[in-house]
Amino acid sequence: MIEALLNYEFLQNAFFSGLIIGIIAPLLGVFIVVRRMSLIADALSHVTLAGIAGSLYISQTFSAFALLNPIYLGIVASVSGSILIERLRRLYKHYEELAIPIIMSGGIGLSAIFVSLASGFNTDLMSYLFGSVSAVSRQDLWVIIAIAIVVFIFLFLFFKEMFVLSFDEEYANASGLPAKWIHFIFMIVVALVIAASMRIVGILLVSSLITLPVACSMRIAKGFKQTILFSILFGEAAVIIGLVSAYYLNLAPGGTIVVTSIIILLIVIVAKKIVLKAMQKGEQVQ
Amino acid sequence: MSQPLIEMKNVSFQYEYTQVLKNISLKVEEGDFLAILGPNGSGKSTLLKILLGLLKPMSGEVKLFGQSNETFAHREWIGYVSQKSNAFNSGFPATVEEVVKSGLTKKIGLFKRMPKDAKILAKEALASVGMEDFSSRNIGQLSGGQQQRVFIARALISNPKILILDEPTVGIDHENVQSFYDMLAKLNEEQNKTIILVTHDVDTVSNRISHVACLNQTIHFHGFKEEFESISQTELENWYGHAVRKIH
Repeated sequence: MIEALLNYEFLQNAFFSGLIIGIIAPLLGVFIVVRRMSLIADALSHVTLAGIAGSLYISQTFSAFALLNPIYLGIVASVSGSILIERLRRLYKHYEELAIPIIMSGGIGLSAIFVSLASGFNTDLMSYLFGSVSAVSRQDLWVIIAIAIVVFIFLFLFFKEMFVLSFDEEYANASGLPAKWIHFIFMIVVALVIAASMRIVGILLVSSLITLPVACSMRIAKGFKQTILFSILFGEAAVIIGLVSAYYLNLAPGGTIVVTSIIILLIVIVAKKIVLKAMQKGEQVQ
Repeated sequence: MSQPLIEMKNVSFQYEYTQVLKNISLKVEEGDFLAILGPNGSGKSTLLKILLGLLKPMSGEVKLFGQSNETFAHREWIGYVSQKSNAFNSGFPATVEEVVKSGLTKKIGLFKRMPKDAKILAKEALASVGMEDFSSRNIGQLSGGQQQRVFIARALISNPKILILDEPTVGIDHENVQSFYDMLAKLNEEQNKTIILVTHDVDTVSNRISHVACLNQTIHFHGFKEEFESISQTELENWYGHAVRKIH
């Protein structure tokens, strides 16, 4: 594969995009999971699909847009979705989770309409649903790099505020932090990361790369920084193993990455149980 | 006499049609250890929110350190410890030290990183609540009382002049309440922290406090603990509408 990686641009695109997403998705994922917002990531990915389906429809219908990269409309849809979710959450204060099915079904509904308007899609849509090793363009890679830079700047500027906000929202408000604004920017950054990740793992599996590495990490990490570090390591492991096996077995990388993540999760859970039991036994002997 | 740290004059507040606070006037002087007693629905939380600047009173005036509440620019002088039970996610993957350090967030200001000495400050803050041995534990592994102490350390790390605690003894075992108050009294005496705590539970208020205020929509009494002890049981019942016991 290393030789192929040196020779083929499409493989480089996929591999580097994967490595970047393997960092940024779990990195933001830690905040998403501890704030109990995992399902929001799912809803946003379905909205992104509406943007992508819309874009594919536009390029099929209007020849002037034939070369339009669907990632742009995907980003627009995802960001608008995150803003809408926030509005709905404020509207239904006591039923915040209602925003999720509303936005999610809205996203799928719109996608279905665009797909039927274009009277069905080619293999392109499949690659957006489940990811693809061959479909990542150089342009996609640049967009993903730009989004990664946005994520790093955001966390560089707001890391300590995000920690307070995630740990204890009431305290964040009481100590006079601009919690609302930071949360708003966070939601937009999440929307960007979801749009970036869909090229590799596909819309339907984006949230897995955000949540599964964090789920693994939380079993064993001590403290917040360690949770982030382990999440990124698990994310990268899943992406690398997933992409390599997708390439050799000719499978959709979304599938291989997610299945790898789940296998890692199972190993972590079982290993922790065994270690705990061994420790208990050790104590009893003493 | 120096100016009071907190001064409320004729403060009233209502949510839509319900009057929550009526003509509250309250002065807190430096070094006071004040317990505000009030049953559920007496307006305790609203009073705290007004003090913290989260709610604006409908009428009346609030002064903090002699400045109007609206223009008060030193929020870090007031350390707030929220009611533990509903405030945080106990499965949160953070160490005690990380939680305590996060108390510096507002003081450091936006766009700046944690200073290098934050670790030392966290250690000192934990030592003053007797939790220095727990700094590398995950916060979720501690008992309710221990967590409450960590949250006080989080408030102490930015060196506030006033500590405000909302129902601090909820979630603490009965036998540990006394040592909890001893710890607060030590902060009050040795570090000269002015302490205001709000509680519905007259039973748990200890003899370590210096002042008592009785709140039920309005302030029925505010004075030294000794004066409070001379109030008749019937009068207390009149204010609160049910039987209450005195401080032991």
